[in-house]
Amino acid sequence: MEAKTARTLLVDALLGGLVAAAMALPMLGVRLEDSANGLSLSGRLDWVAWAVGIVAGGRLLIGLLRLLLAGRVPSPPAPPRAVMAYVGWAMVAFALVLPFLPFSGRNLVDKATLVLIYVMLGWGLNIVVGLAGLLDLGFVAFYAVGAYSYALLSQTFGLSFWVCLPLAGLLAATFGMILGFPVLRLRGDYIAIVTMGLGEIIRVVLQNWQDVTGGPNGISGIERPSLFGLSFKMVPPEGKQTFAEFFGLEYSADHRVIFLYFLILALALLTNLFTLRIRRLPVGRAWEALREDEIACRSLGINPTLVKLSAFATGAMFAGFAGSFFATRQGFISPESFTFIESAVILAIVVLGGMGSQIGIVLAALLLVGLPEWFRELQQFRMLAFGGAMVLIMLWKPSGLLSTREPTIRLKDTS
Amino acid sequence: MEYFLQQLINGLTLGAIYGLVALGYTMVYGVLGMINFAHGTIYMVGAFISLITFLVATTVLGTSVPLALVLTLFAAMGLTALWGWTAERVAYRPLRSAPRLAPLISAIGVSIMLQNFVAQAQGARAKPLPPVIKGGVTLMDSGDFVVSLSWMQIIIMAMTLALMAVFTWVITRTALGRAQRACEQDMKMASLLGIDVDRVISTTFVIGAGLAGVAGMMVTLYYGVIDFYIGFLAGIKAFTAAVLGGIGSLPGAMLGGLLIGLIEAFWSAYFSIEYKDVATFSILVAVLVFRPTGLLGQPDVEKI
Amino acid sequence: MRFGGLFAVNDLSFSARPGDITAVIGPNGAGKTTLFNCITGFYKPQVGRITLNHPSGPILLERLDDYVITAKAGVARTFQNIRLFARMSVLENLIVAQHNALMSASAFSLAGLLGLSRYAGAERRAVERARHWLDKVGLTSLADEEAGSLPYGHQRRLEIARAMCTGPVLLCLDEPAAGLNPRESAELNRLLLDIRDENGIGLLLIEHDMSVVMEISDHIVVLDYGRKIAEGAPAAIKADPAVIRAYLGEPDEEEAG
Repeated sequence: MEAKTARTLLVDALLGGLVAAAMALPMLGVRLEDSANGLSLSGRLDWVAWAVGIVAGGRLLIGLLRLLLAGRVPSPPAPPRAVMAYVGWAMVAFALVLPFLPFSGRNLVDKATLVLIYVMLGWGLNIVVGLAGLLDLGFVAFYAVGAYSYALLSQTFGLSFWVCLPLAGLLAATFGMILGFPVLRLRGDYIAIVTMGLGEIIRVVLQNWQDVTGGPNGISGIERPSLFGLSFKMVPPEGKQTFAEFFGLEYSADHRVIFLYFLILALALLTNLFTLRIRRLPVGRAWEALREDEIACRSLGINPTLVKLSAFATGAMFAGFAGSFFATRQGFISPESFTFIESAVILAIVVLGGMGSQIGIVLAALLLVGLPEWFRELQQFRMLAFGGAMVLIMLWKPSGLLSTREPTIRLKDTS
Repeated sequence: MEYFLQQLINGLTLGAIYGLVALGYTMVYGVLGMINFAHGTIYMVGAFISLITFLVATTVLGTSVPLALVLTLFAAMGLTALWGWTAERVAYRPLRSAPRLAPLISAIGVSIMLQNFVAQAQGARAKPLPPVIKGGVTLMDSGDFVVSLSWMQIIIMAMTLALMAVFTWVITRTALGRAQRACEQDMKMASLLGIDVDRVISTTFVIGAGLAGVAGMMVTLYYGVIDFYIGFLAGIKAFTAAVLGGIGSLPGAMLGGLLIGLIEAFWSAYFSIEYKDVATFSILVAVLVFRPTGLLGQPDVEKI
Repeated sequence: MRFGGLFAVNDLSFSARPGDITAVIGPNGAGKTTLFNCITGFYKPQVGRITLNHPSGPILLERLDDYVITAKAGVARTFQNIRLFARMSVLENLIVAQHNALMSASAFSLAGLLGLSRYAGAERRAVERARHWLDKVGLTSLADEEAGSLPYGHQRRLEIARAMCTGPVLLCLDEPAAGLNPRESAELNRLLLDIRDENGIGLLLIEHDMSVVMEISDHIVVLDYGRKIAEGAPAAIKADPAVIRAYLGEPDEEEAG
């Protein structure tokens, strides 16, 4: 028996190696070199050997581990509700003090800001995908609408960030409704493809509508935000005070970085608060009911069109807010920042987080956006690892990291 | 008139390529009810395998061009099929009973991974290939405009027709085809009746990827330039073709491919080349909204 | 109602009165569920008319959207293969059923978002109504469980409670006794009679289980091939030769099913 399993394992590993060899031979074994007159080739058979070794060894290892661990790893019990609430508060507290911790610096705060943008986008998309069950693969379009709205409004009319923010959210929500119409009658995966198509349409339009969007060159010199009129520039605009002057601090570029961090933290927490609250309200419950069974919803007198459009619009609104923030943080936007891959990343965050779990989304954002940022030196392999991580996490936890759902109301709490 | 005819030829050629890729989408959707998001990327891998095999055959092995082309065809079909098989085995099969979104996310992951793998392994720059098959026949010459049909275009259309014929035969006449159609109808019942469902699904992916490999080869030879990103757009367009023809329907996929190719060619020729992708996406949206079953698809009555 | 060239329900007219339990019976494929889907708006009949004598005046149902029929005309339904919101709790299922009332109380959730008290009161009333129906169907102790995790018989009763939470004037039940054991089936009979007597609403049910039909119906309509072949009180139906020929002629098979 033992000998037989050992043999199957070896054969399995060998076959794996063989398949890897065939796959790697053209793709890794030969390298296309760009040369002056077209392409030239160079051999790289050592890479193929490595690939074969890794695959065969990996298969052997996995096989052995499976054999050894069969039935021995109990799945950890789901953390109870009270614990999750504490975890949530601890996370908020940590986020609040992060910029002032001894080990923190401008670089870290900047990275945290980036993660928070994705947390906010994840929370926004979660309303559409996690709650309403509408698989939206074009979410980045609303992010783009928010960013361009702010950039254009501020450059054309000279409006401040704080005026543009709600306007951008409103515009994005309107777009959410408009783009929501075509998918009203569609089900499941079809929604994914159509939203993806719509997202691409918006990007192509941004790319080609030179007069308004600046085409591929984008828009630069976007106004940076101020805090109640206090500027974060070294030299304030005419008649304005700088943040540093007002508080009697010495000017530092860090102030703006920290301010932006708190700004996105506030926006993200607003999104979270909204979601927690709306889940307990009729609209939120209707979203979840729609996710569970649309026909049953209709049989209860719920207008599915309104429910779907409100989900699209609400999700889009938060993407719009995040987009405005993105524009003001970068000071420059172009269609490059709003490709399909961004939508995929945001969706991956929601699904990996566990579809509907607010804390799960934070974890997923840290894992998918934060972790790769850490390995900036390996920049080129970042997206490769990112794709791999998506597959691996799905294989490991197909329903996401935290997938338990808490009821929004309990009978025993009401009596 | 001449201009129109030329665009018609160009559109049909392009459409044939889309149609071959669309077959892969439609077959997998038929059997698994899943959009194989990575299919466009597999097609891109097929294009790279073709380019590399062709260059190795002509420069390293020193074979003649026709022999090199035959070698390339087999390599593109076989090795791309292997990539497709592996993707299914590693990333989709373990998720067969998982929540609906899991395989989709996994497929997006595979797609991102493959794209970046190719970008890293072969460089992100576009790869040019000087025209291999030159010349053609002149159909019409009005003095200021020449309508021509290149040999390459003839080969693409002939090959597509041949593959379609073989393929239709496989699906309608062989045991494999029957098993596949059985799985399409009811996977659980099929497995109760002794059909090895895993094998049928694997075969579906292998055939789909093989066809995508051929499409990749043809596009490499036809346009003479590829990069690691061509899979994304081609994938969406081929999917649109599959939906337009009626997802799950094989002749529908081919018809959809041809229509998308024609629309793209005419749109670029008569309206604006920048917005040709918008045209495709708009068609996708319009079809799904007004005729979700596509042109040749079966209506899907919702049982209540 | 036509599917292609096939008439699923054709030339059919009958009425279901408030305060009555009307049963629609007939062999498999007789068109019962299609009839239900026409009444509740999930299918649109090509010809003909369905009138509901709502307390506030007659309403033509056949051109209304399915959700409007429930919301405005007060027709609620259950499904042959139960459709609960499986991952939501039992109580949440009942609260969702009161969506429209809660929506207007919360001003499309905006007032609720700001935490205004008007909504809190509305929600409390919704919970009370839910509690009432939970007591009726005996699921109070399971109110906070996931609906999908309940045993089959409980799910059937929950679906009826959920339909009742919409405050209907006509309740349509698609095979409510399917898959129930004799004890659960008897409980169901009591529940349906209770609903009829206490709420005074009309009940329209499709049923295969003759013990249920004969015991609780006030009025029976028999369909075959989409046509009405008989209509009347249970005793009359039992004796009707056309019915016996088409349907009760094979009592053994039906009893077993």
